[in-house]
Amino acid sequence: MDTMLEAGATARGQAGLKPERAKVTVKDLKGRVDPDWCPGCGDFGVLAALKQAIAELGLQPHEVMIISGIGCSSNLPGYVNTYGMHTLHGRALAVATGAQLANHDLKIVVTGGDGDGYGIGGNHFLHSMRRNVDLTYVVMNNQVYGLTTGQLSPTSVKGMNTKSTPFGSVENPINPIPLAIAAGATYVARGFTGQQKHLVELIKGGVQHRGFALIDTFSPCVTYNHDNTHEFFKQRTRKLDELGHDPTDFHGAMENARLWGDVIPIGLFWRREDLPALDQLEPVLGEGGPLARRRVGVGPEIARALVEELM
Amino acid sequence: MKRLDLAIGIGGAAGQGIATPGDVLARIFVRRGLHLNAYNAYQSIIRGGHIFLTLRTSDQPVLSHGDKLDVLMPLNQDTMDRHLKLMRAGSAVLFNSDTITPGAVADGVQLCPFSVKLLAPTIRGDLVQNTIALAAVLRLIKVEFEILAEILTLQFKRKGEAAVAENVGVARAGYDYAATHFTALPLSLPDTGKRLAFLEGNQALAMGGAAAGVRFYCAYPMSPSSGVLHWMARHARQLGIMVRQVEDEIGVINMVIGAAHVGCRAMCATSGGGFALMSEALGSAAMMEIPLVCINVQRAGPATGVPTKTEQGDLWQVMGAGQGDYPRIIVAPTTIADCFKLVPQLFNLVDKFQCPGIILSDLLLSEGRSSIDPAELDFSVPIDRGDVVGLNGDSPPVNGGFKRYLITESGISPRALPGTPGHAHVVATDEHDEDGVLISDEFTDPHKRQAIHEKRMRKMEGILPLLAPPEVHGPADARVTLVGWGSTEGVIREAIQQLADAGIAANNLQIKWLVPLHVDAIVSILSKSPKVIIVENNYSGQFARYLRSETGIVADGHIQKYDGEPFMPHHIVEGVRTILAGSTKHHVPVHEIQV
Repeated sequence: MDTMLEAGATARGQAGLKPERAKVTVKDLKGRVDPDWCPGCGDFGVLAALKQAIAELGLQPHEVMIISGIGCSSNLPGYVNTYGMHTLHGRALAVATGAQLANHDLKIVVTGGDGDGYGIGGNHFLHSMRRNVDLTYVVMNNQVYGLTTGQLSPTSVKGMNTKSTPFGSVENPINPIPLAIAAGATYVARGFTGQQKHLVELIKGGVQHRGFALIDTFSPCVTYNHDNTHEFFKQRTRKLDELGHDPTDFHGAMENARLWGDVIPIGLFWRREDLPALDQLEPVLGEGGPLARRRVGVGPEIARALVEELM
Repeated sequence: MKRLDLAIGIGGAAGQGIATPGDVLARIFVRRGLHLNAYNAYQSIIRGGHIFLTLRTSDQPVLSHGDKLDVLMPLNQDTMDRHLKLMRAGSAVLFNSDTITPGAVADGVQLCPFSVKLLAPTIRGDLVQNTIALAAVLRLIKVEFEILAEILTLQFKRKGEAAVAENVGVARAGYDYAATHFTALPLSLPDTGKRLAFLEGNQALAMGGAAAGVRFYCAYPMSPSSGVLHWMARHARQLGIMVRQVEDEIGVINMVIGAAHVGCRAMCATSGGGFALMSEALGSAAMMEIPLVCINVQRAGPATGVPTKTEQGDLWQVMGAGQGDYPRIIVAPTTIADCFKLVPQLFNLVDKFQCPGIILSDLLLSEGRSSIDPAELDFSVPIDRGDVVGLNGDSPPVNGGFKRYLITESGISPRALPGTPGHAHVVATDEHDEDGVLISDEFTDPHKRQAIHEKRMRKMEGILPLLAPPEVHGPADARVTLVGWGSTEGVIREAIQQLADAGIAANNLQIKWLVPLHVDAIVSILSKSPKVIIVENNYSGQFARYLRSETGIVADGHIQKYDGEPFMPHHIVEGVRTILAGSTKHHVPVHEIQV
């Protein structure tokens, strides 16, 4: 196990979890229907890793909410027996921000694809990170639009032939890792569905991290991306801890994040624990528990004071 | 006793300090229990340009900012030139003769020049003319000097005793000068012994949210809706409300959806442009059956339009916002008191029916200010959260196969708040079955789609009986019925009084609840009316077209204004006269002042 992830686990700990809690297994987390993804889709790996992470963390189904946008990968919440929201295309992070601030007891995992998060949802992505909202964002990055049958995505490599770029793309792709580090995310990792145990640990670390955690995950599309395949990543991905990377080293993280060739690093690029998450900074949440659990109504004394201001 | 009706206009460039004398006068009036209506005509500019504030007070409720002025305080030449024509006989114009030259005035208008150089030779700064003019106005309307001295003392005590003495001294000089050089107006301000409150519509909307128990408020700044954000932000910590300013209106509405879904009463406000960005998500709230309240404070469109000017141009936008059919409630408050009261009422409805509620305000109502009996701002409102499992952290029995979208006769399915044990489920913007499973991809099913769509839409049938039907205001046997919606109620009702004085019996049907619409009540009223004239602040007659589509009623005449400024009563009176005379069916008043 990655030692930094282990440290993160103890930092957050499982204090507060009652000993009599029922043990949740991966089987308990099976959703009401089975995935309708293409056979061989990388997203199966992310689904399995996420359920494994929830089970290993000892979270109960009702304590977790999985929020997605739209796209093949965004169907994921329907395949897990936790609370879930399948929101509009690109809006998962915004919905999740509202939900997290309104009930900060919930463990919120946001899932979606590269088009959903880095394209149409790009603005929310940027601002969720600078705010360091306590969310775990697992992006199933397949570098192509799948559900719309194979067009260019924001992470498609230059030159890629797709239905919308039949002569090859001339644009540069987004590299989400340095973008996230620069924007203020406090846990920035990259996973690969071909490395399941590693991915489980990255997700667990993200869920335990207090703040915004990005886990960009290579989740190859077997139907529309014949360049960045499972085999492509299997040959190139190397774990960062094997490369001797220190996730508290900003410059090292930025340099490793830019590698894209014979070696493509996966693992935890960047983490800082010294920055509070947004909900920890908000005085309104100081006492009284989650907002959603508080009783509504304005007391007579405050009401009088509010009216007196107008007189 | 003759009714008191006093209108004071204060104008100048942005940055000249118009708000302060306006606030001082307003407080003096409402502390005597006098009613007040104020409208500030301004521009999208921080320094310079032209601002004109009209304050109208009376011992009776004031329905609009009126037609004419009794006192004009021009702080620059521009204001003098633009507004002198609004002075009625017996009125007074107070100005600094060092810098401002009066224009030609009508008979009976008193010019009251004063020299700042003479009255305050040692004091520098532009604001001194405001203090002198304000003191002189108070002398003209016979308000005791001590009241002003007390206000100035409070205002300047931060700056030390010398500043207090200096300002009170200047005010005294202005007050005494007015006493010896100008003729007081033939009126006196009674003190009713009751104090009134004074607020703008945006404050009332925000306070209504607080009364409703809003715990999450989110916004992107946009005129003229930002007043709601400002009130919420100022009171957030006192009231335990999460207030956030976020990246854009798409983020706003989606955060509201997230907060509402986990159980907070959540609200947002914007103007037409921001509302356009929210459209898709409003439909998603209806699809996921998440209750929320969204306020659209209309301004003159299309596009960026005229950010600081009023219009009722978004009716069709809010009725058609987002793709597909979905249940929604739309209400247009008609007064500032309504702005406060409708918010908790709408929250109870959207919680019960689990759909978005839209409040359609406009700049006139939201940034206009009015006095109000403080008893009207009653925070002890009934709260009905509807059929919710797990509210306040309750732990109901486990329901493993919880059907979030259970098909019921009313269309309402109990919702369970995330975090509640034993009720895990997924809500989706894709079409879904009773248990939340998608029927948009693998399990597409026309029968299930029809059933669940009908369930959602069926909720609309339950809403209408809970809404008060509109009623006619004014004589039942009137010659003409003026139909308006939302903010125009006050000015239409004042026009009706003026028409009555001129021997024309008119009444008013003001529509507040727009969707769902009380079609039967409206048809029953309007079918008895000899002539129906629709008054609205837009170009295309948006309400007239809506009324026609829902009731088949074709109005006999239209009075429409879309120059950015609100109606003045005489605009409507002239329109009614013209239409009754048969010379036109379509009257567009010309706003006489360039603001």
